[in-house]
Amino acid sequence: MTQSSACCGGKGGDVTVDLAKVDGIIDKYGRDRAGILGMFQDIQREYRYLPKDAVAHVCRTLGVPLAKGYEVATFFKALSLKPRGKYTIQVCLGTACHLKGGPNVIEQFERELSVKTGDTTADKKFTLESVNCLGACALAPLVRVDEKDFGKTTPGTVKKVVKAF
Amino acid sequence: MPKVNLSVDGKKIQADKGAFLLDVCRDNHIPVPSLCHNEALGSDGRCRLCVVEVRRGNRTRMVTSCLFPAAEGVEAITQSANIALVRKTVLELLWARCPESDEIARLARSHGVSDVRYQKDNDKGKCILCNLCIRTCESVVGVSALGLSGKGPVKKVTTPFDEPSETCIGCGACAFVCPTGHIQMWDKEGVRNIWGRKFEMAACAKCGTHFAPLYQLEYISKTSGASMDRLRTCPDCR
Ligand code: SF4
Ligand code: FES
Ligand code: FES
Repeated sequence: MTQSSACCGGKGGDVTVDLAKVDGIIDKYGRDRAGILGMFQDIQREYRYLPKDAVAHVCRTLGVPLAKGYEVATFFKALSLKPRGKYTIQVCLGTACHLKGGPNVIEQFERELSVKTGDTTADKKFTLESVNCLGACALAPLVRVDEKDFGKTTPGTVKKVVKAF
Repeated sequence: MPKVNLSVDGKKIQADKGAFLLDVCRDNHIPVPSLCHNEALGSDGRCRLCVVEVRRGNRTRMVTSCLFPAAEGVEAITQSANIALVRKTVLELLWARCPESDEIARLARSHGVSDVRYQKDNDKGKCILCNLCIRTCESVVGVSALGLSGKGPVKKVTTPFDEPSETCIGCGACAFVCPTGHIQMWDKEGVRNIWGRKFEMAACAKCGTHFAPLYQLEYISKTSGASMDRLRTCPDCR
């Protein structure tokens, strides 16, 4: 049986959540409320974000108040309730990258892509994020796009990074 | 319940083993300030205003009295220069967070804080994140319409997705329990407004006063089995 429902929110980029698929994920964790974080992660992997309808469905199924599910969904930086871009650009603002000019790089990304840090471009291609130390400080300032690293970046190399995708 | 012997401010006290120090103090009329403790809801350890010093053997440490269990031989002190300093710091930080709150200002001043040296927030309203509203909604009202969202500087009390909550019954218990008056609720022309929702108020069958949201009465009727006829009369006329 396939149930589905349109995701509300109406801010564009809404997906239709396949509730049967969500049920499958819930089952994988034994329908146990202790597995809610894992469920959210799996759902996010599926849709690249956490659709509101999916959160509501998980809470309903587990008998967890929606307010509590929302707490979990907003607590972890790894979970996003907003639709995410195809690629995630992480600009490191850890201590080393910060000192080496990371803030200028992220500002240039904001200008180049016309987004604010934390947001996704209108064409849903990129989500821009700042992170705190990716563990490769020798390459500061570091930019990571999904799995690919760009070291020693400057505002001037931002265009090149964007073009690479 | 096994008893233990302890002392607070030099006064010998017998208390239930494991009872929290704050409750023990209050039972013995020793005042300790607090913001997040509530008699009905118990302790939550959020505000840190209830700190006291505890000596055991030759070790002294600062503890949150609302979560510190009474044990044999504990010597507690509720007033000292150190304690005053911690409480002042807590209140100064809360005041910096909630400059609009008269209640926090009053409390801070009464503890000797005259001014805030930190940068003041302007986006937190009067909320000190004591959690009383959420706990009340969950364990007293039983509808869990409220929760926290986010963490760190953006953490706040809200309804799911910042939208009007479907489970809210409009009872106003959260607004009632809030120590700072952060939660906005107003009744106007027979309608209650709270958390972005509007609730039609029931008029008492006898005196006509709008005394409670109709929806709340229906909820009470459903969960307690009391008849709507009875509930539709306000407590004063019953
Ligand atoms: S809204 Fe009031 S009761 Fe709720 S956490 Fe904030 S200060 Fe406490
Ligand atoms: S600070 Fe950027 S990688 Fe360590
Ligand atoms: S009353 Fe103890 S931390 Fe608030």
